[in-house]
Order: sequence, then C-alpha cells, then structure tokens
Amino acid sequence: MASTSSTWRRNQQRLAPWLFLAPGIAMFLIYVIIPIFQSMAISLYQWDGLGEKVWVGLGNYVELFDDEAFYTSLKNNLIWLVLYLLAIPAGLFVALFLNQTVRGIRIYKSLFFFPFVISQVVVGLVFSWFYDPNNGLLNLGLMALGFDPIPVLADEKWVTYGIIAAGLWPQTAYCMILYLTGLNAVDPEQIEAARLDNARGLRMLWYVVLPQLKPATFIAMVVTVIGALRSFDLISIMTDGGPWGSSRVLAFYMYEQAFSEYGFRMGYGAAIAVVLFAIMMVYISGFLWKMYRDEKGR
Amino acid sequence: MFPTPIEKTAPATRIAYKVALPVALTLWLLPLIAVALTSVRSAGDINAGNYWGWPTEFHLLENYTAIFENTPIGQYILNSFKVTIPVVIGAVALSTMTGFALAVYKFKANLLIFFMFVAGNFVPFQILMVPVRDLTLQMGMYNTIPGLALFHIAFQTGFCTLFMRNFIKALPFELIEAARVEGVSEIRIFWYVVLPLMKPAIAALAVLIFTFIWNDYFWATVLTQGADTQPITAGLYSLNGQWVAAWHLVSAGAIVAALPPVLMFFLMQRHFIAGLTLGAVK
Amino acid sequence: MFHSSKTLGAILASTMLATSAFAGELVINTDTSDPAPKKAFQELIDGFQAENPDIHVTWNLFDHEGYKTSIRNFLTADAPDIANWYAGNRMLPYVSAGLFEPVDDVWDQNGLHDSLASAEGSMTIDGHIWGVPYTYYQWGVYYRKDIFEANGIDVPKTWDEFLAAGKKLKEAGVTPITIGTKYLWTAAGVFDYLDLRTNGYDFHMALTKGEIPWTDDRVRAVFAHWKEMLDAGFFIDNHAAWSWQEALAPMVQGKAAMYVMGNFAVAPLREAGLTDDQLGFFQFPVINPDVPLAEEAPTDTVHIPANAKNKEDAKKFLAYIARADVQTKINQTLGQLPINKDSQVGDDKFLQAGYQMLSSTTGGIAQFFDRDAPAEMAKAGMEGFQEFMVKPERLDAILERLEKVRQRVYK
Repeated sequence: MASTSSTWRRNQQRLAPWLFLAPGIAMFLIYVIIPIFQSMAISLYQWDGLGEKVWVGLGNYVELFDDEAFYTSLKNNLIWLVLYLLAIPAGLFVALFLNQTVRGIRIYKSLFFFPFVISQVVVGLVFSWFYDPNNGLLNLGLMALGFDPIPVLADEKWVTYGIIAAGLWPQTAYCMILYLTGLNAVDPEQIEAARLDNARGLRMLWYVVLPQLKPATFIAMVVTVIGALRSFDLISIMTDGGPWGSSRVLAFYMYEQAFSEYGFRMGYGAAIAVVLFAIMMVYISGFLWKMYRDEKGR
Repeated sequence: MFPTPIEKTAPATRIAYKVALPVALTLWLLPLIAVALTSVRSAGDINAGNYWGWPTEFHLLENYTAIFENTPIGQYILNSFKVTIPVVIGAVALSTMTGFALAVYKFKANLLIFFMFVAGNFVPFQILMVPVRDLTLQMGMYNTIPGLALFHIAFQTGFCTLFMRNFIKALPFELIEAARVEGVSEIRIFWYVVLPLMKPAIAALAVLIFTFIWNDYFWATVLTQGADTQPITAGLYSLNGQWVAAWHLVSAGAIVAALPPVLMFFLMQRHFIAGLTLGAVK
Repeated sequence: MFHSSKTLGAILASTMLATSAFAGELVINTDTSDPAPKKAFQELIDGFQAENPDIHVTWNLFDHEGYKTSIRNFLTADAPDIANWYAGNRMLPYVSAGLFEPVDDVWDQNGLHDSLASAEGSMTIDGHIWGVPYTYYQWGVYYRKDIFEANGIDVPKTWDEFLAAGKKLKEAGVTPITIGTKYLWTAAGVFDYLDLRTNGYDFHMALTKGEIPWTDDRVRAVFAHWKEMLDAGFFIDNHAAWSWQEALAPMVQGKAAMYVMGNFAVAPLREAGLTDDQLGFFQFPVINPDVPLAEEAPTDTVHIPANAKNKEDAKKFLAYIARADVQTKINQTLGQLPINKDSQVGDDKFLQAGYQMLSSTTGGIAQFFDRDAPAEMAKAGMEGFQEFMVKPERLDAILERLEKVRQRVYK
C-alpha cells in the first residue's frame, strides 16, 4: 500500500498527464481519428450499406473523375471558398461602423450579432422565403423597381450565389464580433501618434489598424474557410442540391450519394469525402504550421 | 480609438450616425423581422398574399398554441435539451482535463496530441459520417439521444481542448509550482488550484457549445430519425414539409427553435464573445 | 461525466431492449405524416387495438421525405415489427438484402391470393411474397372544371385537343399546368405518362428495367411531345423552386388550371377551399391511338422487417390490414382505392373515377418512375427531366448523361 502510493508520488508528474488525457483521447480516437482512416478504406469498396462490401480498388476515384456532378460540386466549392471570404471585409466594415461609444451601442452590437446565434436551418428557411419567385421580398422589390423577377433558387446561374449570400449573413456577424474584440485591443497611443502624422481614414486603417488586427483576421480566415467547406445545411434546406444538381458542393454530394433517398453508395460517397478531406487538409496543415511556429516562438 | 469617436466629429456627422444605426440594424435584421411578423399573421393574410405588409390581425397566441398542439415541436425541443445539456457537461469536463494536461506538463508527445485535437476539430463531417453511423449502429445506440450526444462530446472535445489549453497556458504557472513545492498531488492541483481559475473559460465554452450543438442539423439527420429522438433543427425541417404554405406556422416554429440559443446569448453575452474570439486577442 | 453518460446510455439501451422484448408490443413505423394518411393510420391502429386488446401498439410516425432514408437505417439497426413501403422494384433492395420477411403464409392462411390477386404480381420477388398491399391510387390530370367551363373548354381526349385546351387557357391568361419540381419526382409523373401514351406499357417497363438506351429514337419521341408542351408554355415558371405542395397554390388561386398528379392531391386542394364543382379529374389524353392505354397507380404496402422482434403479432396485423372491411375503411379516410376486391370503393367522385379508369385499364399498370427504375437511375433520370423542362435545348446532353448512368447501373 505504502509502496504503491510512493510509486505514484515519485512518478505522478509523468503519469498525471496521461491520466488526464486518457478519456479525451479515447473518445476522440474512436469518434474522429479512426473514422477518418475507415472512410479512406471504405472508399476502395463498392458498398450499399446493407450487403457485402466489394473491393474495387481505385474504381470509385476513377468514376469520380468522369462524373460531371463531381466537377459541378468542385466548382461550387471553389465559388463558396472565394465568395465566403467576403464575410471578412464585410465583418470588418460592420465592426468599424459599430466601434463607437454612443448610448445603447452595446445593444446594437448584440443585435447585429444575432444572425450567428440562429441555426442555419432557420436561416435557410428565411432566405428561401426571401427568394420566393412569386411572393419573396427580393422579387417584390425587383418588380417594384421595374425589373423582371429572378427565381434565384430555381436558376442554375444564381442558385449558388443565392445560397452563399444567405450564408454570408451569419458569417459576417461572426467576423464582425472577432473584429470588434480586436479593435478593443488596438493600441490607442499608436493611433494618436499616427493621427499626429496626419494619417487618417483608409491609410490609417491599412497601415496602422489592420496590422494590429492580424490575430483577428487570422481566426476569421480560419473559421470562414472551414465554414465554406462545410456548407451543407443551407444547401440541404434551400435547394436540396437543385435545380438539377447545380447547387451541389462536395459535402452535399457526398451525403446525397451515401445517405439520401436515391443514394446509398457508401464507397463512392466515402471517395468524395476523401477528396474533400484532402482539400481541407491543405488548410489544416497551414493552420497547424502557424501554430507550430507560434509555439516555438514563445 | 479607431475610427474617430463620433463625439469628436461635426454635429452633422453625429446626427447622421445616430440615424444610420437603427436604419442599418433594421435592414440587417429584415429577414428576421419578416419572420417574426409572419409568425403572428392569420392564415387569411397568408392566403391573400400579404406576406410582407403589416398583419391585418395579430394571431400571436393562436399560432404559437397551434404549433405546440398540432405538432411534436414540444418533443423536438425537449430532445434538443436532452442532447445539448449532456454534451455541454461532457465536452467541458473532458477538455478541462485534456487542456490541463497539455498546458501544464512537458512531455514528448504533447504537441503532437495537441495538434491531433486541433486538426480533428477541423475535418469535414462527411469523412466521419459513414463510420460513425456504423459505430453507433453497432453499439445499439442508433436513433437514441445518448448515441447522438456521445458523438458530439467526442467531436467537441477537439475544439474545447484547443480553447482550454490556451487558457490554462496563460494562467500564472507559479501557482502550480508553489503547490508542488508544498507537496500537493497533481490531481489536487488540478481540482483545487487550476479548476477554480478556469471558471470564466468554462462559462465561455459552455455557452458556445450549447449554441453549436443546439444548432446542429447534419448529425441530427445522420444519427436520429423521427419525433422521438430528433432535435428541433431536424424537426423543423420535417415540419416545413408538413405545413406547406402554412408559413405563419413555419415562422412560429422557427422562432421557437431559435429562442433558447438567443436567450443563452443574451444572458451570457460576455462569456459567449470571450469564447468565440479565442486567440484573436492575446 | 464521460462514464456517467455512457452508463446512462447503457441503461437506456437495456431498458429499450427490455420493452421491445416484452410480448404483445407491436412497433409500427410509417411515413404517413400528411393529415389524411395520419388519420387513416390512427383509425387503423385503433381498430386493430380494439380487436386485440392484449397487443400494445407503438406507432412511430416519420416525415414523408425523411422516411425514405430512415427506413434503411431502422431495418438494419432498430427494426420495428411493421413498416410501410412500396411495391415493385422499390422494395427490391430490401428483399435482396434479406431485410424483409417473406409472408407467403399470411397470404395462404387468409385467402389473400384471391382477395388481393390484382397486386400479387407486384408483391412477388423470387417466388415469394414480401408484404401486404393496402391501398393504391390513380394518377392523371386534376383540373379546374370552373376555369375550363368559363373558357368553353371540353375535357381533352386526344393530344391535339389537349394542346388546343392549353392554348385557350393561355389566351385566357391562365397557365395550363402547375408543377413543383424541387424534389424532382413530380416531373417523372409527366414523363411516365408521355412515355406510356407514346410507346406503351411494355416499352416503358423495358426502359425502366434498363433494356433500352436513353438515346433511342422512341425515347426522343417522348421528349418531342414534352417539348411541344414546353414550347406552348404549358407549365408554370420557376417550378424548380417549389415542392409539389407549394405548387398547389397557383391552382387554388386560379392562376393554373391543371396538375398531373396522384389522387393524394385532392385532399389538400379541397382543404384549400376548392369544391367538387371546381375540381375535376380526367385520364391523361391519348397520344398514339395504337397504344393501349396504360395507367400509373402506385401501390402502398406494409412489410415485416426480417429483424422484427414480434413477428407473431405483426402477422396478425398484416391479416387485419388485408381484410375487406378494414381496407374499405382505411381507403375511405385516405381517399384512395382498396386492393381487396371485396372492399367498397368510397363514393367520392375522384375515387369512383379512378376506380373506373383503373379497372378498365388494358394496357398495364405502372408503379411510378422511381419505383419501377432502380434508385440511381431514377435520381439521374428525374434530374434530367427537371433540367429538360427548363433547358429543353440541352436534350442531347441530358440523354447522353442518362445513357452513361444506365450503362453503369444495370451492368
């Protein structure tokens, strides 16, 4: 008894971290890390989720590269990635607008942040309604201005942009809050010094303020890119991938192939997921690399 | 302060700003205002095509009572709570421990494990979907609330560990040193020295995770089905299919679904923002 | 917390097992979430319960769209004792995967080979019978009688009359046909009828079985007829933005006059305020007079999952739902047609019209595109139909794409 307790006492600094880590690591391995490799394995099989798995090697990938829908999804993913980044300047703009100390500004800030708190399902419903070709506010507005109505969600040219616009709403709110906090920490002395040097407006923003907002910009970048690649909820709610599949992205296409009414091609779906994972890995590696440098730096 | 404080500008600018604020806010929240208005419209208004004008009658009670009486929305909301609350507790508990371990101890695999959590937190859901569903099936937990909650706990541990570890790292290490010198065991250090200091971080994570999980739609559709287990996000979508053109009811449902996280946000705003901006301000 | 929530899960799982193992508990999963089907099943279950007071029925109601994915999950994981589904090719994946229980004995013992004879073929795969059909319903054209009358239009019997009727409606400022293709399948209804009327039942079945290339000239002929409708502006604009239910609105408001639909559209149309004087039904017009008239009439069925825990009582339930009086009642509420030949068809005028049309059909009865064709082909096909309806100039590309899918799916 005494000896075990003294073993513990002698080694506790070495053992304690593993004790603390064990449950977390176990859960994370079971539910996140191992499934990644399982998905990679499944992508080499043909499997309907019910019967036996059939080995097809790289067959799913070969099919993927000859699949129009895959390229449509890939293209839309790129559009999402690029346009979703607009949330960052938009968020900065709103943050600058609200970074004042007038009465009631705190309430304003919270209300502006509101869209981020709401579920994407609600955002999707609200926007599909806003876009409704007959009664939607957008088209009532267009018609009032004498334009023809645009059936945003039924038109392959507009649909992806329409959904992204809906996604930008909460995402801008997110970036705004990041920048508001960032602006709080901007060094007032540097601003005053720059003012004395006659820097103002955009020049001030670019040369003095933005460099100090770098950490906020970095986080905004990370969450926005991840958000763009994860875009699933809005597409599922607003268009179900249509019209004729033109608003699909990889995340949605994967779900459609693997789990939807007409899908159940688990292997093919897994192959799509692996491609999406590879794209995401580029960003994840970048993020980790930056963290690694920061860690070593201190 | 940047931009120039409004008090220091010309009176005209000041007035313009004070007018612009509410106007901008109204435009920004226009979609939501429309939903709120629609949720109190009568069916007559909807049929007459009065979607965006002022409601002719206010059916606040009727509509909100109707959704609770005619649909399982109450059950969906209860399910959401049953998933969300254990996940908040579970993920926070796991990550205070992992965060503590990764922040306080120096050992070889430290950074590697930390990076595993961080990277895992960012992977696309789709690559987990098929195996996680199979795993849940095999454990006999498919279409159960614990089945969905267990996955969420595991996945959220990634983000929470990142957060907790950085938070503990910023605490004064001297406190721990001093305790060690006095011979306090590591477990007691965690419990009596570090944990009390982590209260703000725990609060921040709790609100944030609450919102994330409450709003989850994807995993709810993958791991649950039917009104007995599905949370409100998935439920709302099925209800949308049932209430076709009954937009006043869909809107009332949407408002009810959005309420808990919104309340959470307003009550715990400071913590919420602290959680979101993690690392943005060092 | 990790441990406690895990034990919680274990307790929950074990209590669930305990309750489902409890004899006399019958778990029924259905997708009958729309008002009329929901009511029909409520009555059905109440009736069963009254006759079998020792059986406790647990009924899980699923969303109609969500059910189509859910069923795969619960058949493998947490199987109920009864699940509803559809006849024909649509049940094939579950039969091949061994997830449905053969119920030949139920048919033998209750004389169903005689009373349900008309549906036996669509319930049989590999020489076994896999469920019990309880209802079917006709497809066809539902139309605004009052608008037709106001514009002096008679019910069209032939393709030319049909086009002429559309033209008159257009002139009166009414869109001939409403449709909502967001969830795709509505477009398949139009395709099926055009194909059944142009090429006939046998060709249509061969096409959905993958025996005919999509680039075949006979398939093109179908699209040529469809194109005539498109060119004449038959369909409402922006249909890709709406579900089938949302597309009911233009018809109710009198902005559109027809809907190619199944009989389930009648209930919501009535609920929205259309009276029987305003609403009518006619058989899809003849295109090629040499082709015997075939119709579309999907059959809904109930099955016992192979993993069911209480098959004993499940069989009692199947025998119950097959009974003439029960089918009479359930179909009265559903507003659909009973399969049992001794059942009474409701005196609703749409039911009578459907019953007359279907019982005199000589050309054959199709289930529906997404029930006759395998899932993957159905999805690609319906997506192609939707695209064609908006971008008819892409026909060649669409057909080539479908052909590519066909060659993969049926190999």
